[in-house]
Amino acid sequence: MSLELVLFFVLAAMAIGGAVSLILQRHPIHSALSLIVVMVALAGLYLLLGAEFIAAVQIIVYAGAIMVLFVFVIMLLNAGVEARTNVSRMARYVGLPLGFFLTVELAYWIAGGAGRQAPVSAGPTPTRELARMLFREFVFPFELTSILILIAILGAVVLAKKET
Amino acid sequence: MSGDYLQNYAPLLIHLLVAMGLAGIILLLSTIVGYHRPTRAKLQPYECGVRPTGDAREPFSVKFYLVAMVFILFDVEAIFLYPWAYIYRDLHWFGFVEMLLYILILLAGYIYLWKKGALDWNR
Amino acid sequence: MFAPIEDLYRLAPELVLCTFGILVMLAEPFVPRKRSGLVAFLALLGAGAALAATRLSWAHPGTAFYGLVRVDDFSIFLHFVVGAVAVLVILGSRDYLEREGLHRGEFYALVLFATAGMGVMVSAQELVTAFIGLEISSISSYILASFRRNVPKSNESAMKYFLLGSFATSFFLYGVALVYGATGTTLLSRMDSASGNPTLLRLGLGMIFIGLAFKVASAPFQLWTPDVYEGAPTPVTALLSSGPKAAAFALLLRIFDTVFAASQLWVWAIWVSAALTMFAGNLAALVQSNVKRMLAYSSIAHAGYILVAFAARNEIGTAAVLFYLVAYALMKLGAFTMVTHLGGEGERRLEINDYAGLGSQQPAAAAFLTLYLFSLLGLPVTAGFLGKFYIFNAALKSHLVWLAVLLAINTVISAYYYLRVIVVMYMREPQKEWAATPIPRAVGLVLVLTAAGTLYLGLFPNYLMEFATQSAVLPR
Repeated sequence: MSLELVLFFVLAAMAIGGAVSLILQRHPIHSALSLIVVMVALAGLYLLLGAEFIAAVQIIVYAGAIMVLFVFVIMLLNAGVEARTNVSRMARYVGLPLGFFLTVELAYWIAGGAGRQAPVSAGPTPTRELARMLFREFVFPFELTSILILIAILGAVVLAKKET
Repeated sequence: MSGDYLQNYAPLLIHLLVAMGLAGIILLLSTIVGYHRPTRAKLQPYECGVRPTGDAREPFSVKFYLVAMVFILFDVEAIFLYPWAYIYRDLHWFGFVEMLLYILILLAGYIYLWKKGALDWNR
Repeated sequence: MFAPIEDLYRLAPELVLCTFGILVMLAEPFVPRKRSGLVAFLALLGAGAALAATRLSWAHPGTAFYGLVRVDDFSIFLHFVVGAVAVLVILGSRDYLEREGLHRGEFYALVLFATAGMGVMVSAQELVTAFIGLEISSISSYILASFRRNVPKSNESAMKYFLLGSFATSFFLYGVALVYGATGTTLLSRMDSASGNPTLLRLGLGMIFIGLAFKVASAPFQLWTPDVYEGAPTPVTALLSSGPKAAAFALLLRIFDTVFAASQLWVWAIWVSAALTMFAGNLAALVQSNVKRMLAYSSIAHAGYILVAFAARNEIGTAAVLFYLVAYALMKLGAFTMVTHLGGEGERRLEINDYAGLGSQQPAAAAFLTLYLFSLLGLPVTAGFLGKFYIFNAALKSHLVWLAVLLAINTVISAYYYLRVIVVMYMREPQKEWAATPIPRAVGLVLVLTAAGTLYLGLFPNYLMEFATQSAVLPR
């Protein structure tokens, strides 16, 4: 087994472990900390795939800024240990099997299609290459994201600002 | 994947392992070597000798949330500057204009926030 | 390297909408509260200018920005639809916002941005661009739905909309990622020629379909609709039920007609979804007592009718979809505007029984509402009738006899709940006294425009149908 494969399995185990812990933890802060583990593991996976820039963004934006926001919200609501509720019957007898079925199906299809993907890129994508794509061919969607950010600013003010 | 690529990150991996290992060893040593005789007084939160009152976790103002949210948005904006800085020489004026437009649009958002008083701490 | 000026012409509607959105946003804190009408006027001007810009970009067909967007008759047709929806929504919402004490420039800015997002969706030739358009329109809608933030019901509706909507968007995005993995491109026109992995491509297209099916509220992804439509401020409900739906249908059509694999895969899904959606909407609408909820279920049913035309898989079907989208937007906007006005302060008059005696007390309001309901039901001389007729025609031409039969059965079912409202309005004595408020001028204008449009299309459909037929030919 190559080093790469070992790293992949370690990181994948971290990500899945973190995600499961995120759901099972009863205290919201613990869930948030588990989410950080997921984010960092994902960043590692991106790095392993050669997406250096995405890995950096994952750490700076997700593990950094977004997690701060999560912790803020938890403290804002002063959320304590969550009460256990009974899983609704619909979720238990229909939702869970369907979710399981979807996972198996996806795994089956993706595994079946492995090795037959279109040659998207072999090897790491240098940040320079990504930048060229982003700022030349995709200049229109790039400019549109600024509108998206404006909408988020409007939303934050509309929803969270005290009326004067 | 070429081996060279991963080798670039070997120092990072070693750094990570050493840092995590060190933290783990220190925690482990202190639990093994240290004395543990907890008493009621020792377990109290330390507040300069004053008797602690109430819960340590208090809900705080929604204002902080607004600031955190705005921080993220401008953080996302800044992220785009990294790859742009990488190639702005190749893009010449085109790159300059597109980034200028992007930042001007967000500047409008900033002016809006400012005039709205969302950044004013006392309101 | 600079984008040629032609490219900018092709994006004129979006540029205008975004510019005016930013202007309205900036004007909000600067214009004093007393003169807030100025902000509303600016927004109206922006939406009107977008229509003019659409006319301008019509003269410059072709692709822009490295083939990411395309101006053709199809995109122009839908640009006119979403632009007109924006004009009518802005016109109709000012008095509502004043009444509820919600008058703020952000509302209009969000409507303009949402419309720009829809514009991107209808002309996108590439999935990442389409995704960003979808996000712009969806996120604006979530915020608009929660605009009455002191009303718990509105918050509940916005929360549900946001959670389920994000879930659907992530389905769409995951689908895009899988399609890219399979073909190595996100450009729709290159997907067929890419030698990719067919299984992965189908999986991705399936997920994209789920994401968009949610946005158009078709069964089995329609469960969010009644709660969201009921809780959102009524002018926002009017917007949600017309604009984003048209844009999402446009994107579905575009993918369906451009990517061969999609047209192969989605056929069955659309057939089943059309049948399910019609029944889910109409059967649930039968037992509603709240007008907004009833209209929400009726809009689900109408999504089902549109899917029938979609299932026809030919140009007649596409033209029928386009015609129906216009007819549907007119009658739904009219109906919701009327409901907004009748709701009164705090939106309290929303039960069907509250409309008892409306026919004698406010004959004009009752007459307008009757016209919209007749059109929704599909009675002759209204746009709804011809819309249904074209759908029928398209379904029969494609030998979808069963689907046509189901459509007929559903029209009969729907007669019950539309006519019930009319019966209550004209034949019941009022149980409670409601103050009859005069219809404000702007609202009156919206009502007259939508009613005139409904009748015009019911009597003289040829011009629009020609335009729709011409727009239905999608360049591959």
